[in-house]
Amino acid sequence: MNAHTNVLTVTQLNTYVKSILEGDRNLQAVYVQGEISNFTDHYRSGHLYFSLKDSGGVIKAVMFAGNARRLRFKPEDGMKVLACGKVSLYEVTGQYQFYVNELQPVGAGALAIAFEQLKNRLEKEGLFAEEHKKALPRCPERIGVVTSPTGAAVRDILNILSRRWPLSEVVLCPVLVQGEGAAQQIAEAIARFNREKAADVLIVGRGGGSIEDLWAFNEECVARAVAESKIPIISAVGHETDFTICDFVADLRAPTPSAAAELAVPDRGEVLRNLLHTDEVLRNSLQNRMNLERQKLDRVTTALGESFNRPLEKSHQKLSKLMAQLDALSPLKVLGRGYAVIKKEDGTILENASEAAPDEILHLRLKNGALKCRVLEQEQV
Amino acid sequence: MKSKMTFESAVSRLEEIVASLQDSTVSLEESLKLYEEGAKLSKYCYETLEKAEQKVRTLTGEETINEA
Repeated sequence: MNAHTNVLTVTQLNTYVKSILEGDRNLQAVYVQGEISNFTDHYRSGHLYFSLKDSGGVIKAVMFAGNARRLRFKPEDGMKVLACGKVSLYEVTGQYQFYVNELQPVGAGALAIAFEQLKNRLEKEGLFAEEHKKALPRCPERIGVVTSPTGAAVRDILNILSRRWPLSEVVLCPVLVQGEGAAQQIAEAIARFNREKAADVLIVGRGGGSIEDLWAFNEECVARAVAESKIPIISAVGHETDFTICDFVADLRAPTPSAAAELAVPDRGEVLRNLLHTDEVLRNSLQNRMNLERQKLDRVTTALGESFNRPLEKSHQKLSKLMAQLDALSPLKVLGRGYAVIKKEDGTILENASEAAPDEILHLRLKNGALKCRVLEQEQV
Repeated sequence: MKSKMTFESAVSRLEEIVASLQDSTVSLEESLKLYEEGAKLSKYCYETLEKAEQKVRTLTGEETINEA
């Protein structure tokens, strides 16, 4: 070895190489496309460690917590990404690596991936399960509305509610529906309606917009607030074709804010018609009942009369039979045929000729009148 | 009738009464009483529907609940 050669420490060498890398302006703002592998989420620090690879090679990469927090999707192994950052060297390991500032999925957009990831996770947790869906009240007394106070959505909702069902009170909770803090405001509004028990049903939503505009309704905090709500929630975000996480968690998804208002309340006209019908049924029921009772009364009255008349009639028949018998047996009837009853002076009826002595006075009872006679002679028959 | 009665509970009670009136095991006296109640409820529901005017209020930013 040449004695004049400068001997460097390892640290000096690493520092030198690092300064060369960092001195190259081309390496300080590089876009690299590759596939993620060996992904590690360092939960405690929030830093993300992974490798980027293609068919020919691999480079170590790190994304510090400050940048990682802004990611809307969770990087996974095998995901094709476009990374923006700088190339430098980590002196402790002598490892040269890629320091990532921004990361974007290639192909599907970051938001689309974030949407799918959150959707899958919450679905696995059971937040979309049918059995968690609460029934909506038929005629809510108070309807809570969580939306922007200035958008078309709130106007549409108020119009339809007042036209269809002016009986209920509308409780508005104005919130930001897009941009920084919107999701937190929406989640807080839902929580507040629950804390204060200020509504019987909630409409949560906004009018149409781009996927970025609707993003607040895809945030986990909104999904959690909807899932935890004791008050049934109708989700109404964007147009018919827009689906958000909020829609999946809600008890009912309405295709638009106007539709949500229609789903929240019955129609006054229809209820009036039903009421008319019910009123008629009420009247008819009583009328039917009265008719029924009247018929019953008629039947009972007839039965009562019959049960009273029948024994009388029987007695009557018996009496005439007795009278006919009595008539047939009457002695006057026998006298009518030319017979007479003969009595002695003491009144005993004479049956045998031997019972009367000559000269004895006998009384003869005929059909008409009587005779007083004297016995002349006893004859032997 | 209580003034606190909600429209929904009035309608439910009315439907209950109609069902009872169609049940001939309920006594006639009871039926008459039920009918009277039903007629009142029906009138109340009509009037509520006819007279209703929507009220709108805003939950203001100030919380009434103290969160220590």
